Amino acid sequence: MNCLWCFESIIQKHTWSTIFTLSAMKGLCPVCRESLMILHTNRCTRCSRESVSEVCSDCLVWEQQGQFLDWNVSVFKYEGAVRDMLYKWKYRGDYELGYAFEREYSKGFAKVRKRAGKNAVIVPVPLSEERLSERGFNQAEMLAGFLKVKKSVVLKRRHSEKQSKKSRSERLASENPFQMQESIQTPVILVDDIYTTGSTLHQAAAVLKQNGAPFVAGYTLIRS
Amino acid sequence: MKDYEMVIGSPDAKALTILARSFAGKRLLRSEIPLPESLFQKLVDDHLFVPFPSIKKHLFSHQCQRCYNRKRSYFGEMPCARCKERHVYCRSCIAMGRIGLCEPLYEWAGPEPEWPLREGLLTWQGRLTDLQLEAAEKAVLAVNTEQTELLLWAVCGAGKTEMLYPCVASALENGKRVCLASPRADVIRELLPRFKEAFAAADIEALYGGSPDKQAKSQLILATTHQLLRFHKAFDVLIIDEVDAFPYHGDPLLPLAAIRARKDFCTVLYLTATPRPEHKKRIQRKNLPHHFIPCRFHGHPLPVPKNILCASLKKHIHKSLLPPRLFIWIEQRCHDRQLLLFVPTIQLAEQMKTVLAPILLEKNLIGSFSEFAVVHSKDPDREEKVQAFRCKDIQFLICTTILERGVTFPSVDVVVLDAGHEVFDEAALVQIAGRAGRSPNDPDGHVLFFHDGRTEAMNGAIQLIKAMNKRAGFLP
Repeated sequence: MNCLWCFESIIQKHTWSTIFTLSAMKGLCPVCRESLMILHTNRCTRCSRESVSEVCSDCLVWEQQGQFLDWNVSVFKYEGAVRDMLYKWKYRGDYELGYAFEREYSKGFAKVRKRAGKNAVIVPVPLSEERLSERGFNQAEMLAGFLKVKKSVVLKRRHSEKQSKKSRSERLASENPFQMQESIQTPVILVDDIYTTGSTLHQAAAVLKQNGAPFVAGYTLIRS
Repeated sequence: MKDYEMVIGSPDAKALTILARSFAGKRLLRSEIPLPESLFQKLVDDHLFVPFPSIKKHLFSHQCQRCYNRKRSYFGEMPCARCKERHVYCRSCIAMGRIGLCEPLYEWAGPEPEWPLREGLLTWQGRLTDLQLEAAEKAVLAVNTEQTELLLWAVCGAGKTEMLYPCVASALENGKRVCLASPRADVIRELLPRFKEAFAAADIEALYGGSPDKQAKSQLILATTHQLLRFHKAFDVLIIDEVDAFPYHGDPLLPLAAIRARKDFCTVLYLTATPRPEHKKRIQRKNLPHHFIPCRFHGHPLPVPKNILCASLKKHIHKSLLPPRLFIWIEQRCHDRQLLLFVPTIQLAEQMKTVLAPILLEKNLIGSFSEFAVVHSKDPDREEKVQAFRCKDIQFLICTTILERGVTFPSVDVVVLDAGHEVFDEAALVQIAGRAGRSPNDPDGHVLFFHDGRTEAMNGAIQLIKAMNKRAGFLP
């Protein structure tokens, strides 16, 4: 087994589970795992951003504009190795590299599920058809695959320019690209790779709430 | 896309030359061919682009047809949204665009690109020394007679680049396509302006990770050896600079890429200051023609390194400090020259950055914090720092082996800390010693190896430097 990031070989520990299942989890070597920065200090309770106050200034603005996303939890800080890995995984299209995040992402889900309630379903944020065929896979769907909970694909996305190419104000002003394919009556946990300004998640949450979802939270990999 | 607009319609002869120049001699993904779909389909139907599988299946493994990678750990599996199936893709060359099983690579099967016959391309005004001239004539002869291989063995600072000008000029003038490849992107970046000046009328492109040029449709191409992976039977003349350097040496795939990038009748020139054993063996067996240039262009001998034993070296390194003997030497040396300190690991370099700066300032060895810097391969500002060192804004530079070759500083003293460390092999030490005394105004410089036990590599390096000086006619 080799590290997904530095390709150094990893010496596997033998435990009962690895012996019985015969398949070990793909992942990182201890050195690379150390280099991922996990968020755990003081955070905004609504968007997981590092902040001293309980609710950060961004979230207060969202509150004024009409808030649809109830809260978001992220796992990693957008810094150092995480930044490089996200780039290679998402934009270079290195699908396997996503497994590097599996351990921490599925570990962090327990708390999120507790907070959102047992009957919540997972909705991965979709890509537009064009973007999906360009990229070959949807990173949010891969993340959703790590979580052993019921998934539901109810959202559709129109093609628009990449969020990462837009400025903050452009993102906030953009038209809602999401549509619902059917209505939903259960609480929802939206899954995506990165929370930057939060506009993608808020737009998706708005559509979900207009179509019956009583409660929408976000569980994202990275908070930048 | 704009360049190809005129081609849309019917691909006439003129259009075909444009396409041939852009696409011949390469293996490309559809996404790397910037043609509109309709035109592309027409070209495929006319058999001008031929698709072939991008990943070959072997009995128990796969092989990427672009980078020749066969290692299982460098293949990933993904559920592909395009073909709706799970299939493998190559992780080894993914930085050049993902190669998946469901997508073919395309090769240009149309006419070969033709380049005009010209004269007087070389606009370089400098003059070669007699030794350089001799080597340059050998290279020109090799290119003109389509000799398969020639190794130019020139000491550090012999002026290898200038020696190449005549043979590159003669190849370009005869309508041949030339590539100069180096394992190091830094070298390519440094060479581009020099070649642009020397060949003002020729179009030149430089290819490296993140380079502004990407099209590779010029007659003369400067590229890192990794970029050779894009090419297939493309070049009449292939020059591989620093053939003994990593990653070209040590990565078995890159020499394969170099073999693939050359045409059936192609001249390969290897340049090196420190040939590796495999080349030395071939030279001894007389099946690799070579030419030796024993003297630097300014005619002075190479500085011979001095070994300095320092038994407590590891103790000091552990504390990220320099041994006291080194401090004393730094205090006593003349301060006109800048100081280049090589350390074995990035980790050590980073630790020294914080520990050493206040001490140096306190001892008055640097004027201010800005005169001290650390560079290594993971440093995002490495280009700026090297440039600042070249402009003498930085006086004291700590570096790892990234600065061992391909860079010229006019007047430096060189110190290698823990020269016995395994990263400093013989070639690396000879190259490091070659950083000193490169300018005709200051043809000398100190080279010190601080060690706690001599290694074969250190002895070998010093012997080699002495031997080269002797061959150049300097008495020991």
